[in-house]
Amino acid sequence: MGLTTIDWVIMAVYFAFVLGIGAALKRYMKTSADFFLAGRSIPAWVAGLAFISANLGAQEVIGMGASGAKYGILTSHFYWIGAIPAMVFVGIFMMPFYYGSRARSVPEYLRLRFDEKTRGLNAVSFATMTIFSSGISMYAMAKLIQTLHFLDGPFRALGLPQAWIFHTGIIVSALVVLTYIYLGGLTSAIYNEVLQFFLIVAGFIPLVWLGLKNVGGWAGLKATLGPSYVHSWVGMGNPHTNRLGVEWFGLAMGLGFVLSFGYWCTDFLVVQRAMAANSMSAARRTPLIAAVPKMLFPFLVILPGLIAIALPTQAPALINGPQGTSVSAPAGQGLIPAKLNATTGQPVLDNNGHPQLDYDLAVPNLLLHYFPTGMLGLGLTALLASFMSGMAGNVTAFNTVWTHDIYEPYIRPGAGDAHYLMMGKMATVFGIALSVAGAYLATRFNNIMDMLQLVFAFVNAPLFATFLLGMFWKRATGHGAFSGLLSGTLAAAIHHGLTLSEGAIPGIKGGWLAVIHNYPSEMAQNFWTAIYAWTTCFVVTILVSLVTKAPEESRLVGLVYSMTERPSEGHLSWYKRPIYLGAMILAATVLLNLVFR
Amino acid sequence: MGLDIRLPIGMLFTIFGIMLIAFGAFSNPALYVQSLGININLNWGVILLIFGLIMLFLGARAMFFTRRATETPTTDDRAPRH
Repeated sequence: MGLTTIDWVIMAVYFAFVLGIGAALKRYMKTSADFFLAGRSIPAWVAGLAFISANLGAQEVIGMGASGAKYGILTSHFYWIGAIPAMVFVGIFMMPFYYGSRARSVPEYLRLRFDEKTRGLNAVSFATMTIFSSGISMYAMAKLIQTLHFLDGPFRALGLPQAWIFHTGIIVSALVVLTYIYLGGLTSAIYNEVLQFFLIVAGFIPLVWLGLKNVGGWAGLKATLGPSYVHSWVGMGNPHTNRLGVEWFGLAMGLGFVLSFGYWCTDFLVVQRAMAANSMSAARRTPLIAAVPKMLFPFLVILPGLIAIALPTQAPALINGPQGTSVSAPAGQGLIPAKLNATTGQPVLDNNGHPQLDYDLAVPNLLLHYFPTGMLGLGLTALLASFMSGMAGNVTAFNTVWTHDIYEPYIRPGAGDAHYLMMGKMATVFGIALSVAGAYLATRFNNIMDMLQLVFAFVNAPLFATFLLGMFWKRATGHGAFSGLLSGTLAAAIHHGLTLSEGAIPGIKGGWLAVIHNYPSEMAQNFWTAIYAWTTCFVVTILVSLVTKAPEESRLVGLVYSMTERPSEGHLSWYKRPIYLGAMILAATVLLNLVFR
Repeated sequence: MGLDIRLPIGMLFTIFGIMLIAFGAFSNPALYVQSLGININLNWGVILLIFGLIMLFLGARAMFFTRRATETPTTDDRAPRH
């Protein structure tokens, strides 16, 4: 791939800005609240853009393009069903308790509302998960740099072995993220997330524009790809008549309710951005402001996938073959190459003997296809930025939960603020060191990573039931929450162990106890695993709460809906009131669903 | 928090805009066969420059007003601090 001086200069300028922001913020980091909560001083629009950017890691930019190529516009369900309603809900109904309770983290809210053991369980599982997510992000980034081959030339010129490109990707990204978070804490992470948001938009709008112009717009896509690619609701009545292999109920309940609300309403990675806002009303507006660009993102990240597969089939610029061998590219579809076996270099075939496609290369290939040197530098910078933000979001969430919810209560209580500030900085260092270890673990044992992600899915699925009952039912008790969480996780594991998706072999994909039910797709299986976990947690929490001692009502003020005064917002202009904003966002989402039905 | 984020964003996009415009203006037109014959560097550079300048303007204006208003803090919807 031919990068020229201008591309390298663009990348260098971006890195200088990233580090410069950290350095400029260093002098404001005086207390632990400055470091972990940005001094609760972030304006709503900045917190809002950081709220979606923290989640806009490379898994999303590359992954949603890949899903777009595979499933078509149906992928928009991950936004319009799987994000927007939950974002509106957390802003209107839950933020008053997160922000109003003055808890510094989501696990800390659980301690205030329930008890120590519920907090401990949540803190430990969350901290572990963030480390591995950031490790996976780092691994994906180094892998992509390797696939893009843009460092091959410079490395050859310097006489360095090509195998070092992967290590360089890991070390450099780790050092950059470490530096700017160590210096500027959460503020630095948030500022860089906002910068990254604009970069992604700046890099992807011209890509989509050129692509659509080339394929003849939406009408052209429709004509080339056929109806199954361009409708998001037609065929959702039956799992066999749509590309996702899921029926509408599993989609709405599993993705739209359990998984989406579980993520957007309880995951500290995103909630932390709203907690850093400068007022209660700004905190409530944070997810609502975030919902507006989130609603439009399908056009930016999913459409490139559709464009890539709709173009005439040609030899793509990038293929993902074994290291060091030159493989002639076998036929794929559009710009998407066939998937190659990592050791033999032969195409991977599916059950019917057709070659599988390497969908993850849809977006990178499209960038190389349309962007000449110059814009290419900007596009690559946007990709690198998204990888680093994804990591940084995890690292700031980790250092906060580690310090406030593990170190402070269980290891060293009662130390001064300066000590915890120092601990937060230390946690940033060893959090990133552990992520690097995670990234290398992923290169060796791909299955371990799959297994970990599965376990986290089991742990996360029931969480929203706990928060829903905790915030809206004052009778819910600590014992109830704790046993509900454990039994929900157990229910998820059992359901996964007893079911399998069509064509899969028992093991990591499910059915490791016995196969009593077959789902039409892996996605349907995941959605239903979540539904079972949530329902079990909900029921068990209620039953155990009813037989255990009710919490004292005086303790619940500010933590439970019926015990808390509504935040007054009569003095705010109408466009700043969460309820109006939320209603407008939901109406726009319904409209988008109707247009692309 | 001290630094207004619009200033660095404005600066970065202004620099990117100027770079792409300058490069686009003097580059070989054959480069743009792949971008459908459109000089995407020049065109998009102009848009990035405009965006960068708007952000710089907003950030500088906010900084100017905060400096003048430091003596009289506005009564906004700030939550009570405990």
